[in-house]
Amino acid sequence: MVNTSVRLGDIQLENPVIPASGTFAFGYEFADFYDINMLGAIVIKGLTSQARYGNPQPRIAECPAGMLNAIGLQNPGVDQVIGEEIPKLRKCFKKPIIANVSGFSVEEYVECCEKLDQVPDISLLEINISCPNVKHGGMSFGTDPESAAEVVKSVKKVTKKPVFIKLTPNITDITLMAKACEDAGADGLTLINTLMGMRIDLNNRSPLLANKTGGYSGKGVFPIAVRMVYQVYEAVQIPVIGVGGISGAEDVLEMMLAGASAVEIGAANLVSPYACRDIVNDLPQTMQRYGITELQSIIGEAHHG
Amino acid sequence: MVQDIYKVIDNHKVSPDTHVLTLAGDTAGFSNPGQFVNVALPGFFLRRPFSVMSWNEDSFCIMYKNAGHGTDAMTGLKKGDTLDVLTGLGNGFDVNLAGEHPLLIAGGSGVSPIYCLAKYLTEQDVIPTVIMGFASADNVLMENELRSMGCRVIITTEDGSLGIKGLVTDALEDVDRYSFVYCCGPVPMMRAVSEKIAVGGQFSLEARMGCGFGACMGCSITTAKGTKRVCKDGPVFGLEELVW
Repeated sequence: MVNTSVRLGDIQLENPVIPASGTFAFGYEFADFYDINMLGAIVIKGLTSQARYGNPQPRIAECPAGMLNAIGLQNPGVDQVIGEEIPKLRKCFKKPIIANVSGFSVEEYVECCEKLDQVPDISLLEINISCPNVKHGGMSFGTDPESAAEVVKSVKKVTKKPVFIKLTPNITDITLMAKACEDAGADGLTLINTLMGMRIDLNNRSPLLANKTGGYSGKGVFPIAVRMVYQVYEAVQIPVIGVGGISGAEDVLEMMLAGASAVEIGAANLVSPYACRDIVNDLPQTMQRYGITELQSIIGEAHHG
Repeated sequence: MVQDIYKVIDNHKVSPDTHVLTLAGDTAGFSNPGQFVNVALPGFFLRRPFSVMSWNEDSFCIMYKNAGHGTDAMTGLKKGDTLDVLTGLGNGFDVNLAGEHPLLIAGGSGVSPIYCLAKYLTEQDVIPTVIMGFASADNVLMENELRSMGCRVIITTEDGSLGIKGLVTDALEDVDRYSFVYCCGPVPMMRAVSEKIAVGGQFSLEARMGCGFGACMGCSITTAKGTKRVCKDGPVFGLEELVW
């Protein structure tokens, strides 16, 4: 027997497998495919204060070992998420729910987090300061340590829930951002968001995406995510959720050895609706194959070797 | 929705740029004509969505146009090859709206779900009129199959090499005598059709998709009833919902 449970700050997870924001809708739709209570937790679709349609079509493009997306934070707005989507998910999901919050101003982050703080069904707030697909917001907070710190401090003032900051890889030194967030009071970090990319259509000689650029995710980003989690683990004391290109149980172990306390699965969910289920099912035997009995014990172990 | 490994039974060319692929496996996911499948192809990350053209207890067919690297790779599939496919995706047409004499309109590759619907309706003894538009006589798809089912078939070609010269809208006459309209084809064609019909209608949309089952919001469109996902809330939408 192996023990797959992990601690994410003060939250105990039965296993470290969490579907990433934007790749699992509001979660309940996957309950038609399998019992989603087997997941460690769920991050719901990123929300903003007002409803957003997002970017024009097309929003998706094929890439080597992955894909580009430029959804543009489509969501029904924080009030509808709280009033309709979270109750629907809670009906079929008893494990921790993580809300993902985006904003175009510090005030917007604060407004959303104030409202989410009042929702008992939310266990943790993941603050997205790293969306590459919207202008004048999102990633601009994620590439300047002072702006990031301001978001963290402002959000921490209005909520008692744990606050994790989701970081962008589109930066020279991610550890500077990680440290700025930790110093400002963040309870943890999620990394990495997508890498900014572009594809060009040879037939009409213009970018494939209407937004021109999009976020690259999928298997191809995995080594970059592992490297950044490894670097950030050395730079900060707060827990890290590792995300980027994970597509199997071995990838989960690798990400945890790099320093992740838990992992998020993103693009793999779009290729197969059963991706997270299969990873959870494969995890115990994969642990056995590598002589691991307590999953919690391997977090960051690659740094001691 | 069903995910299964399907075996290629047949893959043959039906026009200069279009193939029909027949796959054997679990077809329990299909309930309505107009639903689609999402095919995983070796060497590609994202699945490719295709309307189902027909299905029975143990196999189904899709029609695909060679339009890029994914479909180009599909033309090389051989009998016995296997594919990971999500089947029975999307809502499909509401066959209960058909009435006594529905009109079915297809343009180009839009023939696939329209053929599926015609097959379903004729099996229920509802005989539709089918208008199909193509670029030229070489591109005409499924005409004989639809006639042999008993459908009244009207062909239009842009170059006039077969049937009525022009677009499907040039063949639209006395629309009021039809009980309902079902349509699938390029958006400009469907928009033109929508402006000509007085009775109710359903339109099947195409979209570049990420997942195909409602998770990523990659294919969202604005409708009169709010933002909808083509893959999960569609691909079939009512005339009253569509904002062209």
